[in-house]
Amino acid sequence: MTEIVFFLFGAIALGSAINILVQKHVLYSALSMIVMLGSIAGLFVLLHAEMLAVVQILVYAGAIMVLFVFVIMLLNVGREGESPDPLRWLKFVGIPAGLFLLSLLSSSVWHAESGPQTASTFIGSPEAIGSSLFTDYLLPFEATSVLILIAIVGALVLAKREL
Amino acid sequence: MIPITWYLILGAMLFVIGVFGFFLKRNIIALLLSIEIMLNAVNLTFVAFSSGSGVVDGQVFVFFIMVVAAAEVAVGLALVIALFRNRESLDVDSASLMKW
Repeated sequence: MTEIVFFLFGAIALGSAINILVQKHVLYSALSMIVMLGSIAGLFVLLHAEMLAVVQILVYAGAIMVLFVFVIMLLNVGREGESPDPLRWLKFVGIPAGLFLLSLLSSSVWHAESGPQTASTFIGSPEAIGSSLFTDYLLPFEATSVLILIAIVGALVLAKREL
Repeated sequence: MIPITWYLILGAMLFVIGVFGFFLKRNIIALLLSIEIMLNAVNLTFVAFSSGSGVVDGQVFVFFIMVVAAAEVAVGLALVIALFRNRESLDVDSASLMKW
């Protein structure tokens, strides 16, 4: 049963990720991205990371992708321009190179020391993540709040027409 | 149960798709989306290892990666707006002012 769900979500994730690249209109790419994020959230549930699945839906598919779609609609960008690419022949080098990278990654994973299999214990609960976040990772947690503050100020400075 | 190797290979496939997108697309928003695909592939790998070893630290890392991704998207889209205001185009080849 879990295998069927895994292959379903994995196929949806791969298909929508390829669809992001195939689509000419960037808004369709963004919508396809939302499908990919949702299926990855499903995979998180399969891996007993319920907390992260919820955060993935709320933060990624909710907040970040809304920002993307908002900017795409604000700028009113249409289809990608079909200007001739001076380096188009490089695709014929790049695609084999990318497939080589994929085979390299896959073979290194495949031949790696097979560690413990998927744990059946419930480890990804909000309680476990919260207690780890507020004890072992308290300093990085506080640093991210400063990072978000800097990002807010930076986004305002960059996007405002004139200060 | 599903071996974590399958999750790792799925993560590798998604990462390579993101790399393809980053090099093949020329719309700057599509480049940002490709970066998001790569970040998600790494997130999936982190969670697979975390679940496989029964340690929660990998999931905390994913939490931080999501925060960094949110900050990156906010600043990146502000840059996109500034670029579009100056160049009237989202093609990365149009932003060649500093190219010698």
